[in-house]
Amino acid sequence: MHQALTTETTVHPGLHPREVAEVLEQFLQEGRISALMWEVCQPPAQAGSPELQEALLNKIVCLPDHVSNKLQGKNPPVFFPQNYFPLLGGAIIQVLQKISDSLRGGLDCSISFVSHVLGKVCVHGRQKEILSVLVPRLTDLTKSDCIWQRICWRLVECVPDRWMEAVVLGFVQRAPGADTLSRLLGNLVVKNKKAQFVVTQKVLLLQYCHTTAVLQNLLGYLSLDSLRRALLIKVLQELLETWGSSSAVKHSPPEQQQYISKAILICLSHLKEPEIESCRQELLTSMMEGVKCHLDSNLPQIRRLGMIVAESISSKINTDGPVLKFQYEEDDEARQLKSLLKADAALPLVLESNKKSRTAAPVMPDEESDAELDSDDDLIPYDMSEDKELKTKAPVYIRDCIEVLTGSEDLDKWEATVKALESLVRKNPAATREVSVELAKILLHLEEKTCIEGFVELRQRAQVAVLTTDPIPVAKYLTSQFYSLNYSLRQRMDILDILVLAAQELSYPKSHGKTKHSGAQKPCIQLLPGSDSSKDWRRIVDERIKSKTRRFAMGQSQVELASGPNEFNSVAGHFFFPLIQHFDRPLTTFDLLGEDHFVLGRLVHTLAILMYLAVNTVAVTAMGKALLEFVWALRFHTDSYVRQGLLSCVSSVLLGVPAERLLEDMTEELLETQSWLGDVVEKDPDGDCRRLALQNLLLMENLKKKLQTLPS
Amino acid sequence: MALPPPDPQFVLRGTSAAVHTLHFSCGGQEPDVPVLFSGSENGFIHVWNLETHRADTALDGHGRKSVYRVETMGGKNRLLSQGRDQRICLWDLAEGRTSVTDSVFTENVGFCRCSLLKVAEGRWLMATAAKALEEVQVLELPSKTSVCTLKPEVGAKLGMPMCLKLWQLNCGSQPLLLAGYEDGSVVLWNLSMGKALSQLVCHQEPVMSLDFDSEKAKGISGSSEKVLSIWSLNEQQNLQVYKTHKLVNAGISDITIRPDKKILATAGWDHRIRIFGWKKLKPLAVLDYHTATIHCVCFSDHKNPSGRLLAAGSKDHRISIWSIYTQT
Repeated sequence: MHQALTTETTVHPGLHPREVAEVLEQFLQEGRISALMWEVCQPPAQAGSPELQEALLNKIVCLPDHVSNKLQGKNPPVFFPQNYFPLLGGAIIQVLQKISDSLRGGLDCSISFVSHVLGKVCVHGRQKEILSVLVPRLTDLTKSDCIWQRICWRLVECVPDRWMEAVVLGFVQRAPGADTLSRLLGNLVVKNKKAQFVVTQKVLLLQYCHTTAVLQNLLGYLSLDSLRRALLIKVLQELLETWGSSSAVKHSPPEQQQYISKAILICLSHLKEPEIESCRQELLTSMMEGVKCHLDSNLPQIRRLGMIVAESISSKINTDGPVLKFQYEEDDEARQLKSLLKADAALPLVLESNKKSRTAAPVMPDEESDAELDSDDDLIPYDMSEDKELKTKAPVYIRDCIEVLTGSEDLDKWEATVKALESLVRKNPAATREVSVELAKILLHLEEKTCIEGFVELRQRAQVAVLTTDPIPVAKYLTSQFYSLNYSLRQRMDILDILVLAAQELSYPKSHGKTKHSGAQKPCIQLLPGSDSSKDWRRIVDERIKSKTRRFAMGQSQVELASGPNEFNSVAGHFFFPLIQHFDRPLTTFDLLGEDHFVLGRLVHTLAILMYLAVNTVAVTAMGKALLEFVWALRFHTDSYVRQGLLSCVSSVLLGVPAERLLEDMTEELLETQSWLGDVVEKDPDGDCRRLALQNLLLMENLKKKLQTLPS
Repeated sequence: MALPPPDPQFVLRGTSAAVHTLHFSCGGQEPDVPVLFSGSENGFIHVWNLETHRADTALDGHGRKSVYRVETMGGKNRLLSQGRDQRICLWDLAEGRTSVTDSVFTENVGFCRCSLLKVAEGRWLMATAAKALEEVQVLELPSKTSVCTLKPEVGAKLGMPMCLKLWQLNCGSQPLLLAGYEDGSVVLWNLSMGKALSQLVCHQEPVMSLDFDSEKAKGISGSSEKVLSIWSLNEQQNLQVYKTHKLVNAGISDITIRPDKKILATAGWDHRIRIFGWKKLKPLAVLDYHTATIHCVCFSDHKNPSGRLLAAGSKDHRISIWSIYTQT
């Protein structure tokens, strides 16, 4: 009879669908669906035809779809999936209850139909609705009842392989904790190959969308039974293999790498001393490999992940020996990652540090008060420890600075010179120009002699000042040194930084008021008697125009933005072209296209910035063309940092070069770039690369639109 | 751990030039506001109201030439100032007047500050470097009559006088003059005989400043060296070195002993004020606030000891006011 009811919707077209729906609604509300399932579970029905069971399964699971198809959206609320599937969950619990009763009564019955229902519902994407009812109920029922536990294990085990993944994942995501999960699933992963694959491979290595709680559930579940612990170690090894594979580090997205790192840390937190002992050597080997390829990466977050994971492994395998210690920024993310290692000790950290500061705080009781009592003075001295010798004065002339920086043994003087150099250079442009290249050379090779605060920044500012004061010869020198022998990577990157900062300063319209004197260095002014006179001329004309112009506008006259000739105009080429020329010629100590891809990344970014700063200059078209060729040559570079730089280069070209020049002079290159960008948007593993490429495509699109709107 | 040195109680800004000299006038009765006079490099004398911390008046009487000495004569209404225009002016400041009543043309081109001593009610002695390079001239004020001219012996080669201190043991006794010279020696002069009583070489460099405690017959001097020199005067009127104190940085431009003879303060070229106990010259504090050479230090003449202040004027245009060791 029940079969008839469920099949009626399709079989009897004569009956009005609405009436059928009403009957069905009544059927559901009276809880007949559990009775229906129970009937199938009992031995006689079990023997019944598989076709019938299949059809029933189909009807039960797809009832909401069928009804809504028939009623075209006017179906009663009980058939909404968010109502129907919880109801079905309740029905399943009732059936399981009956099964448990009959098992206690010594009667045999099969659970597989219920498992099928569960599996099919889950694979249809209704895990949330059905499991939100099932998991809490089953958690309660299995708490102290071993028959219920057996029933539950059986329920999951009997799910057919093709639906197993959806069910297991649903349970893992919804179980409130690892011990509950262990009670609900039992040793499923050991018995069922499919479940094992899902748990140990798919969730951990192939997907990375799950939350940390899911990872903790899953790995905790593996650690809670001796049979499963073997899997835990196997999982850890596989995770470490992925973590330590340089190709994975290069090609997988950072989010996934973070996910894997989290999984490794959680695994480590579950490992016990003897287990670690047994695989110490392997752990050590994979740690060394992983550290190497993580530190090689150009992305800071990847490097830091590598450091944190390596530190954790090292602290686990060397409990008494020295452990690895890296320097990195301790932010929330790092702390969160590290807290995963201490399974349940995230909180005491704060308390401990509090305690420490409290014991350290009390100052020694005033012991020294009696030390001076022998004196007849009843005056208590103040602290005079700050009374040190006054710092020696910094040199006042540039040439003196050179002398101090190259030969002086007087460290105080050296320090004062480093501090004073920038302002000295800016105040004396003429004197600086006489020795600019020499000074640039000294600064490039200047090493920190004493511990001055902000030494690197001071040196860099001085270098930028020298470069902006005398751009052409110094830029020539610096760019030639970038490609010469015997420099450290640090020095080469310093060169790039200086070029960028100086270019920025030069191209910026009058960043400081004091740049007045630097006007003389502009070649365009050299024809005139002096920069001042040219300004006077401008002022006189302005005043004359002002006095002769009658203004009718009311209110304040608009304030004009400060403007001046772009100082970068005449020198942009000197900054740019020498850098772009030699990148493909490896030296014995420096191979941009090989190992030193980090510097290559910086170079590419530098070129992008220089290109951007060169907007509105004369050389911009030639620069753009050269840059697009450069991008084309490197477009398949494996390092994502380099690719990001290349994409920034493309953006700079699109923004910097005038549209008509772009289309007339570099159509070919543009089309090639466009097709490459399309590829990147679709295929690049790095999210930032995809985003940048998409932006570039949009820029191109805008360019096209702009040209179309222009009257031709 | 000793306490960290205190911060200035307040800072007076607005002289817009290096401050060369300071003088308090805080001893008046209740309605009188305590004031501080400051003389600065641009020739102005500012009268600072110590209650509002604002300059009440700026006196311009030295032709915009640096003022390097100000001192009151009696109350705060009569003021003496010395400037690089080679003049010493006497001011009448009563009832809001700001007029120069009299002036002395010294014709001296040095930097030596004059010294003033009240010998009787309305009668003052003033010692100042004279026109001739090595000489010191003593005048009586307000009559401007010359008392004596002190010339070193021929061939003494003392150089210019650098600092002067007129003093007398007690009211009515004979006034004496202590003078520090360019060659580093301190000479005690008898005014009535016009004769040097004693000479002591305290420093290798010019004596920049000295102060003398007549009760203990003990004085202190500083120079451009790293050393403070303390010397004493015995009954035979002979100066002898008592002890020396080594400093961290060279150069002392001014030394003042507090009127109660408990502590003294020095103004350092190293931008720091140093406080010492006067009895044993125990270092007490180093006050580090200024950013340039300090030119002068001065203690206030408050009647109530707890109100006593210390002021320091510096090349950085600021005057810092401190309240230190007021309870002892």
